[in-house]
Amino acid sequence: MTLAAYDEIAVADPPDRAAAARRLTLWLGLLLLATMTASLATGAAGTSLWAALGDLAQGRALSRVDETILWNIRAPRTLMGALVGAALATSGAVMQGLFRNPLADPGLVGVSAGAGLGAICAIVLGAALPAGLMALVGAHLVPLAAFAGGWITTLVLYRVSTRGGRTSVATMLLAGIALGALAGAVSGLLVYAADDQQLRDLTFWGLGSLAGATWGKLLAAAPIILAAMLGAPFLARGLNALALGEAAAGHLGIPVQRVKNLAVLAVAGATGAAVAVSGGIGFVGIVVPHLLRLVSGPDHRALLPNAALLGASLLLGADMISRTIIAPAELPIGIVTAILGAPVFLWILLRRRMVVDL
Amino acid sequence: MTKRCNRGSGIAALTALWVVAFGGVMAGSVSAENTETPANPHADIVSIGGSITEIVYELDQQHRLIARDTTSSYPEAALALPDVGYVRGLSPEGVLSMNPDLVLAEADAGPPEALDVLKKAGVRLVLIPDEPTAAGILAKIRAVGTALDVEARAEVLADDVAAQLERATVRADAIADGDRKRVLFVLSVEGGRILAAGRNTEAATVIGMAGAINALDGFEGYKPVSDEAIVQAAPDVILMMTRGGVVMVDDAALFAMPAIAATPAGEARAVIRMGGQYLLGFGPRTAEAVQDLTDALYGEQAHDAGSL
Repeated sequence: MTLAAYDEIAVADPPDRAAAARRLTLWLGLLLLATMTASLATGAAGTSLWAALGDLAQGRALSRVDETILWNIRAPRTLMGALVGAALATSGAVMQGLFRNPLADPGLVGVSAGAGLGAICAIVLGAALPAGLMALVGAHLVPLAAFAGGWITTLVLYRVSTRGGRTSVATMLLAGIALGALAGAVSGLLVYAADDQQLRDLTFWGLGSLAGATWGKLLAAAPIILAAMLGAPFLARGLNALALGEAAAGHLGIPVQRVKNLAVLAVAGATGAAVAVSGGIGFVGIVVPHLLRLVSGPDHRALLPNAALLGASLLLGADMISRTIIAPAELPIGIVTAILGAPVFLWILLRRRMVVDL
Repeated sequence: MTKRCNRGSGIAALTALWVVAFGGVMAGSVSAENTETPANPHADIVSIGGSITEIVYELDQQHRLIARDTTSSYPEAALALPDVGYVRGLSPEGVLSMNPDLVLAEADAGPPEALDVLKKAGVRLVLIPDEPTAAGILAKIRAVGTALDVEARAEVLADDVAAQLERATVRADAIADGDRKRVLFVLSVEGGRILAAGRNTEAATVIGMAGAINALDGFEGYKPVSDEAIVQAAPDVILMMTRGGVVMVDDAALFAMPAIAATPAGEARAVIRMGGQYLLGFGPRTAEAVQDLTDALYGEQAHDAGSL
């Protein structure tokens, strides 16, 4: 999208804006397909996707190494990157709508911290598990624990901030900060108990990475993330109405409490699953919805699907950088998203201040 | 639901279709080869772990190395090899992109998913046990020798290293109990918090091998230690690592810390600095490192390399 086109949209009338948002969805969809294809075609190894497809088309078998690289490394990693990116960006957009605050993020209400605590528990205490149980869960222990941690945090958060069937968003925010602090403190305790090797694992986990993407993990995370993604569009009208305030939304006939329930559920599921499989990846949940609001306005009916598409493309792009920039080694993707995301975020803030007062 | 969402779900369906189509094509390609590669004297090797890379050089097999990990910083020549990442954070595609015949890795290499993928790709992966003891070093040398098909050379090297370790131990054992120095191994002093070595650490083992006492034995592993515990441990000497020959904390900063200043080591300004991989790597140079440490603690002694 050129800057000129961007300005055209920014000053366009609402009806044109809606049409532009639809066009944007189409373009973002195409962008995602292009990024996924590029992600399959790039990597440290010289394996060529096109040569492999050509071989297959002519019925020739691939070499074992090429097959492993395409089928066991790049394919699950590409799908995982797209899913995690979509989950993070959509969660951010839903959160921001729910809290009527453009800076809200799953990290704010402690969901990420809870998931992180689960992962740290698994890394540090996993060694103490009985061998039979270890053999059963094995490599999935950390993702499962992270997911459980995210869920438990969400449930506690909900119990604390819901009175008589009504959820107070302000209480939820404060409870989230408290839970985040608690999770951080317990994580600190566990870090103290960790041995040298576990500490190094924790460091890497915290930086975030898609390197551990396997079909098994993908199958564990995908249903949850996809369910949240598919549920998100049903929240769009409710979140739009919530922008007017809860009372006004209620008068418009929006089932406010149900919208809040669904939104929290979707965010907890998507964030828990994303943190579980990829560790701590920051900035996607804030930067993507912001960019889209600048381009096509705050209407959630366009924002939610577009955020999923752009978040997926963005994370795949960041992952391609992380896989190739210091090949044959790789850079944790959390570093890449922070380096790319932080300046964009600042730039957005500066622009916003020029357009409207924050 | 408006048209807009339908458009979105159309895209989703398109994406799903693309995934299914691609997946189908890929899944249809199952190669039938599943043969174990035999040990090949000309095999291209990726070495994961500083001590393993050192052993490969000691066995004079460096011409077979094609890549290394981040911790393989010795000898200097190894730095010229491509780096496939940190020992616990390997990139599987990065390793495969080197087309190795053999991957030699320390037992704690990872992540497990990366190792699984390497096995799936049919790369021969040999995990070398990594026990931080004198016996562990010899076992490591023999395991690398077997993997590289140079057992005879490995046996010679192992005997040589065993004799060196023996000499170091004999000297350490001769030190009278009353004369043994208390050594505090300081890993880092990040933000004024002293991270020091307790029981069951590589540092504690090396300190013991050099005839000294690890000043802290109230906990296991490397942990942040309170100032009072440092004063109570009363070390005679501080031991620190250099990274790539660079001193991380200079004497002035180290002895300005109140806890360190209040110990016998602080009063005497006694600090010993040694390379991290050299001191703690448990490889072929460990015996030499132990002797260096003993010399630094108790004064030089003629190394009559011919005896024993």
